[in-house]
Amino acid sequence: MKPDDKDIQWVEEPDLGASGKTYLPLFVEGMTTTIKHLLSPKMTVEFPEERHQIPDPILYRGVHRLNRDEQGRVKCVACFLCATACPAHCIDIVAAESPWPDREKYPASFTIDELRCIFCGMCEEACPVDAIELTSLFDLSGKSREEMVFDKEKLLSIYDRTKDSEPMRSVRMAAEGKPVGGERPAILPETEGPPEIAEKDNLAEPGATP
Amino acid sequence: MPIAIIDGRELEFPAGERLNAIQAAERVGIQVPYYCWHPGLTVAGSCRMCLVEAGTRNAATGEISMMPKLVPGCNTPVRDGVVIVTQSEKVQQARAMVEEDLLLRHPIDCPICDKAGECLLQDYHFKYGQDERRADIRPFTSRRRDVGDVTLFVDRCILCSRCVRFCREISGTSELTVVHRGAHEEIDVAPGFPLHNNLSGNVVDLCPVGALGDKDFLYRQRVWYLKRHQGICTGCATGCSIWVEENQDRIHRLKPRENPQVNQWWICNEGRYSYPHVHNDRRLAQPRRRDTQAVVDLDWTTLPAELLQRLREAGRLAAVLSPYLSVEEAYLLATLVRGVDPEARLILGPVPVIGEDERFPNGFTVSAEKCPNRRGVEEIIARFQSGRITTFDAFPSQLKGGRIGGVWFSGGYKKENWIEDEKVRSLTALKLLVVQDLFPSAVSALATYELPGAAFAERDGSYVNRNDHLQSVRWAVRPPYGVRPEGTLYWEMLGRPGLYNARAVLNELAAEIPYFHVAGGPVPDVGVNLKVNLLAEQPEEIGVRS
Repeated sequence: MKPDDKDIQWVEEPDLGASGKTYLPLFVEGMTTTIKHLLSPKMTVEFPEERHQIPDPILYRGVHRLNRDEQGRVKCVACFLCATACPAHCIDIVAAESPWPDREKYPASFTIDELRCIFCGMCEEACPVDAIELTSLFDLSGKSREEMVFDKEKLLSIYDRTKDSEPMRSVRMAAEGKPVGGERPAILPETEGPPEIAEKDNLAEPGATP
Repeated sequence: MPIAIIDGRELEFPAGERLNAIQAAERVGIQVPYYCWHPGLTVAGSCRMCLVEAGTRNAATGEISMMPKLVPGCNTPVRDGVVIVTQSEKVQQARAMVEEDLLLRHPIDCPICDKAGECLLQDYHFKYGQDERRADIRPFTSRRRDVGDVTLFVDRCILCSRCVRFCREISGTSELTVVHRGAHEEIDVAPGFPLHNNLSGNVVDLCPVGALGDKDFLYRQRVWYLKRHQGICTGCATGCSIWVEENQDRIHRLKPRENPQVNQWWICNEGRYSYPHVHNDRRLAQPRRRDTQAVVDLDWTTLPAELLQRLREAGRLAAVLSPYLSVEEAYLLATLVRGVDPEARLILGPVPVIGEDERFPNGFTVSAEKCPNRRGVEEIIARFQSGRITTFDAFPSQLKGGRIGGVWFSGGYKKENWIEDEKVRSLTALKLLVVQDLFPSAVSALATYELPGAAFAERDGSYVNRNDHLQSVRWAVRPPYGVRPEGTLYWEMLGRPGLYNARAVLNELAAEIPYFHVAGGPVPDVGVNLKVNLLAEQPEEIGVRS
């Protein structure tokens, strides 16, 4: 593009005028802002002595936790929907047959690379059984990269630590009378209790051969 | 030619061809949904998903008269003047109704169902179902029943009876059956007679929903993570077309790939569950030289030149061409040793034969010969040795007298210690023995050079099955660190430019050996029969039902 191109519009600096050249009006304007902030209530806190108050922990997206059911077992059913939804590919699950009669599948291993995570909350949204949730803990730190790959035990321990201060989302929403699972009908209706299960079928003499 | 009218489009089809409305619609590019119908099985007409409107056109007046009721497409033969309507409101309502009915009792446990992602019920629900659910959601149950080779999730079943018909018609074993009546119908086996036959894995592929689960694949992966590649089963001389499904270079399952000329829609369990050797930790993964004193680890970059040098010094050469090699690799290896020693002996490697051919009622045959490419390798040896094929059993007698100095032994056998010690005793006195194999064995223990080889899913190439049917595939997974496919090594040793190109070698082969002439043209996904010009003389063609 040449300087004389007709598409170029040349803009001249506005003339400051006599008062402008003294810089006094701008100085006053700046000082007003400064003094206003000096006198207004403080937004910052003296971390770590003082901790930031999170207005709504339900909306905050901090460290993940894996919820437990009433019997203390991991709630996750290893459906991989969180890992599928995750845009950062930081969730790694190894599924296995569950050792419990009322459940089909459970995660033998569940790891989240917290360094890779971008805390978008998609995993929480994808979870059909409210097993993975983001807490309001924000000050996660570690001494090595390996330490920041949280495994199942670590994620469950975060639940144990935060379950009193931040009850499970489904519990809280039920207490507030909101429909659990938002507008959609819940896919799995029995997330709170053990589902109604017919007795497992067993073949007569499973090992028998014809 | 007769003409059928499908959604206003005219379809001409050869007189005498038996088509149903689903197949005819597919030819004009219209998909009719179906659960119970399968091209390889008899018609049940029980799912009612393929309901269409049908009628006839009067040839004289051109007047069209439709039947008042909907008819199942799978059971409606298409004749001259038939009119089929697949997209009318009446048809769409019928489909939505079938979907709603199936979902009344279906547990919506898609998150933990292995079929989710490739489930017809899921797909059709989004495509043809209703947005709103009018019935209550039943608490989902997951009754699980061990019916033998596969796991049955009783409540997920939609009673399409494909698996039952498969056991009756294809495997001929009739283990599975429908028990009870009406809404209580279930798939089951007779007590004490579990589903157990060499084709039983196919019922999992046939199942349109997640009711039949593969015990090997259960909970291993979600299907949307898998990438599928065209492959060929190297388990026996039948050479079934398969899909190799992998995620991050790890094979998670093998599935049959439709090939009317070889395996139709099926594969045997033996082939289906034959992949774990690919990821076995015991595989050779480091090229080594065994000197008199020590074992030296080698580097692939200097290896081709070093091997060539040693081959030249070894004197009279012989090469054992494994029936696990692809035809391209066998040809390159033969060219290689013949290039160094123009009178090198070429020997067909040990051909594993276990038991007898297993034939199923529909013609599907599991071959007793457990290698994929005996025919191809034989033809290549015959070409180089003017028709003389030396088998491995005759090899020791040739080694006597000490005239042969160096042997190149290509393996590719799928297990450890696949050969007995006595059979290789004659190889001990050699000056040079190069062994290329997947696993350590009695031969590799004697080797001067022990080279790791690639498994079936890791290499490019073509295989010729026992009916002279050639199929070409490309690699599906990368070999483990330290392993280089055979073809790549031969290509480098022959000093050819660029990367190993199996297609170029096949073209060369086709030009040089009359047997492979047909493969010089484009090889379709289903492969070509190398004796296509002689087909009339073929006594049998497996897999094709009369």
